[in-house]
Amino acid sequence: MIEIKNIWKRYGDNVILENISATVKEGEFITLVGASGCGKSTFLKMLLGTETPSQGSILLDGKPIPSEPDANRGVVFQQYSVFPHLSVLENVVIARAFEKTRLGFLSGGAKRAARQEAAELLNIVGLTHMQHRYPDELSGGMRQRLAIAQALILKPRILLLDEPFGALDPGIRADMHELVLDLWRKHKLTVFMVTHDLKEGFHLGTRLWVFDKRRVDAHAPNAYGAGITYDLPVGVCEQEILDEIDESLALGRQTEQV
Amino acid sequence: MKRLINFTPSRIWRIGLALLPFAAIILLYISASDARLAENAADKLLPSFSQMGDAIQRLAFEPSKRSGDYLFWQDTVSSLRRLGLGMLIAASLGMFFGLMTGALPVLNASFAPLLTVVSLVPPMALLPVLFIVFGLGEVSKVALIAIGVTPFIARDIQKRTLEIPREQLVKAQTLGANSGQIILRVLIPQLMPRLIDAVRLSLGSAWLFLIAAEAIASTDGLGYRVFLVRRYLSMDVILPYVAWVTVLAFTIDYLLAQLSRFAFPWHAQQEGKS
Repeated sequence: MIEIKNIWKRYGDNVILENISATVKEGEFITLVGASGCGKSTFLKMLLGTETPSQGSILLDGKPIPSEPDANRGVVFQQYSVFPHLSVLENVVIARAFEKTRLGFLSGGAKRAARQEAAELLNIVGLTHMQHRYPDELSGGMRQRLAIAQALILKPRILLLDEPFGALDPGIRADMHELVLDLWRKHKLTVFMVTHDLKEGFHLGTRLWVFDKRRVDAHAPNAYGAGITYDLPVGVCEQEILDEIDESLALGRQTEQV
Repeated sequence: MKRLINFTPSRIWRIGLALLPFAAIILLYISASDARLAENAADKLLPSFSQMGDAIQRLAFEPSKRSGDYLFWQDTVSSLRRLGLGMLIAASLGMFFGLMTGALPVLNASFAPLLTVVSLVPPMALLPVLFIVFGLGEVSKVALIAIGVTPFIARDIQKRTLEIPREQLVKAQTLGANSGQIILRVLIPQLMPRLIDAVRLSLGSAWLFLIAAEAIASTDGLGYRVFLVRRYLSMDVILPYVAWVTVLAFTIDYLLAQLSRFAFPWHAQQEGKS
């Protein structure tokens, strides 16, 4: 479904991403891991449409992916994903309002239907008791559940998660993993998830991409960008490979510090 | 004994301590006024409270001999009307320009520098221009307030718009929203409490513009009255008028704060957090 062809990303002389190619089938759950600042978030933004590759192309069903976010691609960021001025329920309903009306205000039967639908979705993510609260009254985990519910109401084909659980406690994180896996299976989504937690990457998903620099020039650390150094089907995960990836990422981190 | 920085007075003490300086100022005034009046009963500089009461009684509850109006109330209504109209125009225009230059990069590129320059023009220096263009009537006074306050509100709203996390705009787009929907449902509702904050902050300068304009050319209004009676050294009118303006300013500010709290409960929560 998605074809990534030799993409590069440069900011001036800094090469962020270098010659990345890959093919992704519908329904895959891909986790992207790598050291911080290695370009995995930039890559996700290209899929989202808020960044464009300097070179190369990303095709969705054979056509260039729109260079602007749209309803086909849902997103959950680490924070600021929800609208603070709307109640939990309204945060989900608003998506239908955007879809169905010109100015974004639902009324009458359409409003009731959208509220019903949103309430069901909130039930799935476990926020029924919080429907009428505002996001600032929620805990971090609840806010991310809300962001996920919001991203799913329009049934996007692709779901992009940018370190969605990075700021959560480990216990809550495990709950969220279950939730995401559940929704992924149920809605047959294609998921890209950025994480800096290798274990999370292996636990979730069907395929793991490791972003790292293939070449390093100690005198010009920004001369080469990151590529996908490992593309592993999840499930075949041997301790050796895990250690090897850990090591390579640790090396990358050291050179960064130098 | 606790450290001084950890010592927080209890509620009753706090009220008492808050009233203390007010009481001290009033007492100081009374003793000074008494001392001067004892020396010279016709002294005008520090009138006693009963003299001020008489003056206000005359202005507020007896019809003026010349026009039959109750001057105090007429002044209040005229001033508040000018202030309200000026602020309404300033808030609307400020919101519009601030929102547009904040939300749309194209408009930001062409109008943000202009806005910065315009906001640096001292409005009082424009007052003669307004009198020439609009005449000495109501329009020029309202225009002075509007012109003086609009750039401040516009710049504030522009800044607030740019402060709204980019993630929210991207999120709205992934929910299928177009630019208009984002402005109407994401930006404007979040900017409304900010607008109220900006109005509250700019009310001080609005009063300044109002009183200055009334002092120069008017036939009624709170500012007009205090400058009129200055000729007769009527401190017994000026001081209560100044106090009244202060009470009005305080009340308006308080009402706006309450409005913000009740209309935008989520905003208060956000403020409480950050």
